[in-house]
Amino acid sequence: MAEKILSHVAEKDVEAGDIIIVDVETVFAHDGTAPLAFEEMKKMGVDTFFDPNKVVIVTDHTTPSPSEKISNIHAFLRNYCRENGCNFRGVGRGIGHQLLIEEFVKPWTVVLGADSHTCTHGALGAFATGMGSTDIAGAMAFGKTWLKVPESFKILVEGELKSPVSAKDVILKIIGVIGADGATYMAMEFFGETVNSMGISERLTLSNMAVEAGGKTGLCPVDGKTIKFLAEHRRKGFFKNLKPDQDAYFSKEIAINAAELEPMIALPHTVDNVKAVSEVGELDVDQVFIGTCTNGRFEDFEIVAKILKGKKVANDTRLLVQPASWRVYLKIIERGIAATLIEAGASINPPGCGPCIGRHLGILGDGEVCLSTQNRNFKGRMGNEKAYIYLSSPATAAASAITGRITDPRDFYH
Amino acid sequence: MLKTVFKGKVWKFGRDINTDIIIAGKRKYDTLDIKEIAKYAFEAINHDFSKKVKDGDVIVAGANFGCGSSREHAPLVIKALGISAIIAESFARIFYRNAINIGLSIVECKEASEKIEEGDEVEINLEKGTMKNLTKNEEYHFKPLPLMMTQILNAGGLVPFLSENNGYQIKQ
Repeated sequence: MAEKILSHVAEKDVEAGDIIIVDVETVFAHDGTAPLAFEEMKKMGVDTFFDPNKVVIVTDHTTPSPSEKISNIHAFLRNYCRENGCNFRGVGRGIGHQLLIEEFVKPWTVVLGADSHTCTHGALGAFATGMGSTDIAGAMAFGKTWLKVPESFKILVEGELKSPVSAKDVILKIIGVIGADGATYMAMEFFGETVNSMGISERLTLSNMAVEAGGKTGLCPVDGKTIKFLAEHRRKGFFKNLKPDQDAYFSKEIAINAAELEPMIALPHTVDNVKAVSEVGELDVDQVFIGTCTNGRFEDFEIVAKILKGKKVANDTRLLVQPASWRVYLKIIERGIAATLIEAGASINPPGCGPCIGRHLGILGDGEVCLSTQNRNFKGRMGNEKAYIYLSSPATAAASAITGRITDPRDFYH
Repeated sequence: MLKTVFKGKVWKFGRDINTDIIIAGKRKYDTLDIKEIAKYAFEAINHDFSKKVKDGDVIVAGANFGCGSSREHAPLVIKALGISAIIAESFARIFYRNAINIGLSIVECKEASEKIEEGDEVEINLEKGTMKNLTKNEEYHFKPLPLMMTQILNAGGLVPFLSENNGYQIKQ
């Protein structure tokens, strides 16, 4: 699928290993990476964007600002975007990846972001990949980038997922099997009947974590569900379906049987340190965090509310919830989900990246254990090198919030 | 013009050295001054690394160096510390690109990554694809970079490369 998209964009047949220069359709940076990108653009001698409508700047990493220094960076970005006419999404709007999904990304195009989890957008059939600020500066200035066409890694997922086992458990399982560098430089391509039956939200969870196995992007097929999602989110139009050819060549393959899958969990301090939740044993949890570009969507909170309904968060555990965007926030309020969560004892953060990047809104204490639905559990990730981060699905996180220890959500889901 | 021969003392790290280890996320939002941020490089695994490292030193690491975030601060702080090159069994791709874009030399070489030890003195020849371990009196070979990347490194990084070529108006 990667070769098909890039051949379409390059308007010639390309194959793995080719180095090509391609047009970029959408380019994004956030408050952690945009300042450096603008500085590099200036050094290139360019002071305007190639097309301001295709450039998106989001202050999501530290929002609302926790310090004077960051407030100044935010002010600089806001002014810069106003002067140059590009899209700016500020406090309260949400995580860049979620906003891009809701408003900008189109299948069969190249999407670049100055953030490693830009691979998320592959779920909509875009060749989407994260780059550093200098590469992003080049793309913002000239509307192009150079790419090495990646080899493809076939990830076939078949069998019916048994609720509350979900896409997060699938991707944790995959990363546990292939390792943190199992797909380095490669396009991870997810398909099979399980992927077909997943909604867009779950496909986004798969693609989001491709980079945790070293993947350049994580692609899902473009089908009726993709087209419907786009039409409902301001992108009516004709988009061709995308699926791998019958005789497509893959340099690596793995098959996952979703029907046999248990709830999975990644243990500190690497994402590929994966076990089944049932194998973890007794482990108390100080903080549970449900949100992020991995699992902060409406469908995630829907399942969390189902588990938390009429229950209370354990006394010695705090539950932080953070919608990925204002649209998600509004929807969980409208559907009564926010009320269920608050009644159970959750604290709701404003839309954004929040504690996942360790800057504010839930920094861990020394020796504390956090179970999070985020994508990364590196040492120090949540702001404290002496803390322990475990990664799971929203269902496992919700069940664990109730008991105050790592808990298999199947005990709570009927 | 790119310097193609480096000589330096080795700092050895393990595998999966991620961007949070190279420079913690919380450090990068406080200031835009890379030299200031660089003081905290590798603080989680090697206390006071920035004070111990000398201009021209070389980092040698295992597989998947630079995995994690896209933060360019990671190669930038390493460059700011005066590190002349990084040798690893393999690199995470965003880090790999970022290093080239800012003009930091990187070498993928499994043999060197396994045999070189902390404190060894090594001499790297990027053009020839050879590396001498002066301490152990050994020589290792690696595949030189593809043309596109050599051109960017030769220009001194992506910024001068794009300035010189008016964007990507280059002959392929």
